[in-house]
Amino acid sequence: MAIVDNIGTALSGSGGSVILTSVDKLVDWSRGQSLWAFPMGTACCAMELIAASFNKFDFDRLGTFPRPDPRHTDVMILAGTITEKMKPAVKLLYDQMPEPKWVVAMGNCTVSGGIFYYDTYSVVRGADTFLPIDVYIAGCPPRPESLQDGIIQLRELVREESIAPGKRHERKTLLPRKGEGAGDAL
Amino acid sequence: MPLEVESRRTALSEDGRPIEELVLNVGPSHPSTHGVGRFVVHLDGDVIVKVDPMIGYLHRGIEKMAENRTYLQIVPLTDRLDYVGSMYANWAYCRTVERLAGIRVPERAEYLRVIVCELQRMASHMMGIGAAAADTGAFSMFIYAFDLRERIVELFEDLCGARLTYNYVRPGGVSYDAPDGWFDKVSAFIGTVDATLAEMDSLFFGNVITRGRLKGIGVLSAQDAVACGASGPVARGSGVNWDLRKHDPYSVYPRMEFDVVVGDKGDAYDRGRVKLFECYESAKIVDQCIAQMPGGHFKAEGLPRLIAPPAGDAYDHIESARGSLGVYLVSDGSPRPYRMKVRSPAFCNLSLAGMLAAGHTLPDLVVVLGSLDPVFGEIDR
Amino acid sequence: MSPHDVRHHLAELSPQLDARISDHFEDVVIEVGSANLLQTASELLELGFDRLGMVTAVDTGDDFEMVYRVTSRSLSCSAFVKTRVGRIEPRVASLCPVWPAANWQEREVWDLFGIHFTGHPDMRRILLPEEWPGWPLRKDYDDPNVIRRPDYI
Repeated sequence: MAIVDNIGTALSGSGGSVILTSVDKLVDWSRGQSLWAFPMGTACCAMELIAASFNKFDFDRLGTFPRPDPRHTDVMILAGTITEKMKPAVKLLYDQMPEPKWVVAMGNCTVSGGIFYYDTYSVVRGADTFLPIDVYIAGCPPRPESLQDGIIQLRELVREESIAPGKRHERKTLLPRKGEGAGDAL
Repeated sequence: MPLEVESRRTALSEDGRPIEELVLNVGPSHPSTHGVGRFVVHLDGDVIVKVDPMIGYLHRGIEKMAENRTYLQIVPLTDRLDYVGSMYANWAYCRTVERLAGIRVPERAEYLRVIVCELQRMASHMMGIGAAAADTGAFSMFIYAFDLRERIVELFEDLCGARLTYNYVRPGGVSYDAPDGWFDKVSAFIGTVDATLAEMDSLFFGNVITRGRLKGIGVLSAQDAVACGASGPVARGSGVNWDLRKHDPYSVYPRMEFDVVVGDKGDAYDRGRVKLFECYESAKIVDQCIAQMPGGHFKAEGLPRLIAPPAGDAYDHIESARGSLGVYLVSDGSPRPYRMKVRSPAFCNLSLAGMLAAGHTLPDLVVVLGSLDPVFGEIDR
Repeated sequence: MSPHDVRHHLAELSPQLDARISDHFEDVVIEVGSANLLQTASELLELGFDRLGMVTAVDTGDDFEMVYRVTSRSLSCSAFVKTRVGRIEPRVASLCPVWPAANWQEREVWDLFGIHFTGHPDMRRILLPEEWPGWPLRKDYDDPNVIRRPDYI
């Protein structure tokens, strides 16, 4: 996307907002049509993530194709409980994804800790304590249809993106949680 | 904690030759680790010298949580242990609670439990074989296997409304009776299973590439399997004839006719094939259960909402898809357990990974891991 | 083989084992002092108890109770071996030389209870990070990050 970035900088610098809007639309439309996913399956939800990708539910028809390499992907699907021990690895993988990038929190564990919110000492209570989440999908685990609906919702967000610099991630802030300090805006 | 490892160190080989050992980190997120396992591999060129499995990336503290939950509230937690085969952990836990509290289970519930667990065994083995096949590059096998699994999941959905975390087996029975026409659906499904399994057998295990890739990899002797605590298909693949359904019979298994599938070479190929052939036996058991299905209650009558067993400790186990899954409960007479311990078969099986992979090349590590069929929810708990 | 038969069998073969039958569930329980644990384990292995199923500990408040469950395939029976370890710097002999299956399970007990196994080949934490403070499954474990569940049953 480096070329697109340069185009964006050049166009916005020369005051070409009309051209930029049209380019924006084209880029966002094409991005939304093929959101390659990095399946960060850590626990139970990974099974439904696999089910969503396979023959009955067929994720490919939405243009979402799981790639095991974070550097090839646009959206990280966090599926499953994240523990304190796993957190640095998830952050590392997120950092390796190229911009622009989105994160889908699949399942209650990544939304809030879910069933593992109380009494446990090793679970991160919600992935939004350390990653900016774009779409939350509730369920323990959510059905594959819910996940696909989440991806369709994400397309709406993708359409709001602009290739002009400085406009990205304005909505993405880390949420404070009980027992942890307020997160910093990215 | 640091994810970095010291990448090179100089060591001596067994014959005194100086080697420059390359240390490679696989995981915790890796396409072929079947979850969030991490393996620090020490390589001499292409050959694995040592594998150090690092687990605990999914340690959720379920045993600690159980100490603050009532006996009934723990059942959903056990779902999340072995998420490929949720029914097993449900059942193993409920058996221990029933033993501890002296609850008698109606016969119909026992039959329903056996049916769901044998269907679950098929679903779980399909996941195990399919994921292992995908690791070796046979991706179409994964799709075939997952198709069968999906059909079983649909049956479970009809039965209890959930696709993955069923919460179906409860202390004293099961949560719902089978809906109308469910047994016919199961029978119809079982009627198609044999042909599907035979197709998979020829597609994957009959394939010359698979044979070349799997045979002779990760050979486990029967003696080592017993000494290292392996159970389930891992032990049976090595020729250890040990199946709790046969040798420590529980529930209504003594009334069923089935064979214990045993391999002879103890390599990855045998372990995989044992899993496939166990599916035939499971289908046989489900058929017999439906034929013998008694009427009556599906849940123990007059069970209090708050189970408070007398003080004491109890252990009970069942044969899960991965081996003998046991639950140890200590009660102090209160409605919450004093201590819960899950004896996880995948935990013991995975401890063999280092031993089995040594001497092979790096791609064979993936084959060894696939044949051990680890599920990290259960390993890390 | 019924638990009573197992008890008689054990009493005949090895009188010092002192197996008893537990009150509720008729399990065979062998209680040993922690000093004799390794020796008892070797004897049980010779008697045919070739599988070590489970290793765990229970925090009883005053001390720790180590619980081992062993199974014999030839006799088709199982038995518990229990021993008590003091709370201050708890130490107990590792059973790895007898049953290699103890290796990871003892590491888990060390990780969650802080009971050190002498003679263990690789005494590291297994589930939690190496620098984790405290031993979570002890009853007096207190972590400020834990949110207690409201008591509404």
